[in-house]
Amino acid sequence: MSMAVVKPGLFTTVQDSGRPGWRSLGVTAGGAMDSYALRAANLLAGNLPGAAGLEMTLSGAELEVQEDLLIAITGANMTPSADGEELPMWRPVWIRRGTCLKFGSAVEGCRTYLAAAGGIKVPKVLSGRGTDVRAGFGGLEGRPLIAGDLLSAGKVEPERSQWAARWTEKLGKQAAAEGRRWAAPSWYALPEAYAGGGKIEGCHILRVIAGAEYSSFTKASLEALFTAPYLVSSSSDRMGCRLTEGARLERTVQGEVLSRGIVPGTVQVPPEGQPIVLGADCQTTGGYPVIAHVISADLPLLAQLKPGDRVCFKDTGLEEAHSALLIQEAALRMLSAGLGARL
Amino acid sequence: MSIPQITPLGDSGLLLLFDNPGEAAAAAGCLTRAKPDWLLDAVPAYAALTVVYEPYQLNRLLRSGRLRLPAEREQEGLLYAAAAAAVRQVLGSDILRSISEQKRVVEVPVVYGGDSGPDLDSCAARAGMRPEQFIEAHAEAVYTVAMIGFMPGFPYMTGLPERLAQPRRTTPRQRIPAGSVAVAGNQTGIYPFESPGGWQIIGRTSMQLFKFLADSPTRLQAGDTVRFVPVPAAQAGRDEVSGR
Repeated sequence: MSMAVVKPGLFTTVQDSGRPGWRSLGVTAGGAMDSYALRAANLLAGNLPGAAGLEMTLSGAELEVQEDLLIAITGANMTPSADGEELPMWRPVWIRRGTCLKFGSAVEGCRTYLAAAGGIKVPKVLSGRGTDVRAGFGGLEGRPLIAGDLLSAGKVEPERSQWAARWTEKLGKQAAAEGRRWAAPSWYALPEAYAGGGKIEGCHILRVIAGAEYSSFTKASLEALFTAPYLVSSSSDRMGCRLTEGARLERTVQGEVLSRGIVPGTVQVPPEGQPIVLGADCQTTGGYPVIAHVISADLPLLAQLKPGDRVCFKDTGLEEAHSALLIQEAALRMLSAGLGARL
Repeated sequence: MSIPQITPLGDSGLLLLFDNPGEAAAAAGCLTRAKPDWLLDAVPAYAALTVVYEPYQLNRLLRSGRLRLPAEREQEGLLYAAAAAAVRQVLGSDILRSISEQKRVVEVPVVYGGDSGPDLDSCAARAGMRPEQFIEAHAEAVYTVAMIGFMPGFPYMTGLPERLAQPRRTTPRQRIPAGSVAVAGNQTGIYPFESPGGWQIIGRTSMQLFKFLADSPTRLQAGDTVRFVPVPAAQAGRDEVSGR
């Protein structure tokens, strides 16, 4: 075993890049809420981007490292530490077996990702290793981690094995030379996915494009959507980020919307008028009116919003949405290429 | 069949509106079989089809020059236009063939009433019928799977006779057993797994609707025709519930 779970944290699950391809059968695509952070962590830990890692929420886990490991930590800052020494994030970290790897509460952001070379070894179910807690499958028995769970790392993919072996050796020697239980390089990857549409007076701006029922909302509601800030509710989860204390959104027409396939980022408005931004674990179909969609490039920012955070929406177009997403993808590919050069 | 109206669903989805559910299901089958690398999912629901695409892969296809875009674009967004064009290209090629292939008929054995269907009597009363009449009417009708949603393998079926329509329960149940056959509004459905839910439960099937470890995990898919066959409780055998 590679790691033993001493304390699981508030809500820690095994997640990977999700299981698209099964939505037509009612199976949620799932995957890491902040897929940018998980993919970056995987690249830094010597994996392919889609490997399975841990997603911790608001308050992190305490893990006993049982064999020497190459890991990387990205996403929210939960002041990770190794036997009490603070660990750096967004870079490869080598940890000696017997070390206590501990995460605290998120001081910034909401979700922290831990990748280990070889990925977390859990069976593939419907082409994914991630946990679908609502349907109760995938990951570790379809549930969040509990104390006493044992996690194994898998085998490093051939494409990355030379890199992982090189950095394991290099950092292992560095740790020995420094007389420490861990070691990390001074370089790091830049977290480049969280700018969103900017920040005004402490309010995170999520960029949106109009949804199918956009024009069925009242003029006042549409105006309010783009001016009044909303508060992230504590009942938010991987299914949806629930927003409260903002303007009540009302439609000019009543009547039901026929269910259709929906995707993460969809901003739906239930009858009480407070919007819900759907997350990675959203159901495959939905019948609430859709006022807008948060653009894909801003989903990492959405994943890092915590209860009490303030958000505003800003109107944008498909052209800008796609270009922002392609820039983010390019950043990950640059990271991958840059790591290849550090062999 | 005409290629439908296409509208954006965010920056990674398209919504296609067809004339009827059969066409949406056939188009989904067509896209899924073609398996282009930009396609993540094709989700049919009633007469709508949601196509989820991967903008990065589509950008690669666009740059390769293998995709012809219409000269005039109604909507802004180059990649959106590319997604719509790529979908039209795939659907244009063999949708007629896939429509003729679609028709599958699945018979679902049901134990109606009693412990298997605790809401049967109240449903029958609301419909002004005796329970046996309600069973007969429910089993005589021919249903179409309009979509799979809510949970893995849950079929939403249209075709419920109007007089059998039921309101949802005012207080949803915390635990509905796997295999429960239910009605709500003018639809009927089956819970593949134990779950909370607000539909009226009229019976239970021993048919396993969803298998997580199978190559094709569901017994039913959108577009299928379904008939319910009443069976006595004694013949239902052991409950084989959906396996994880």
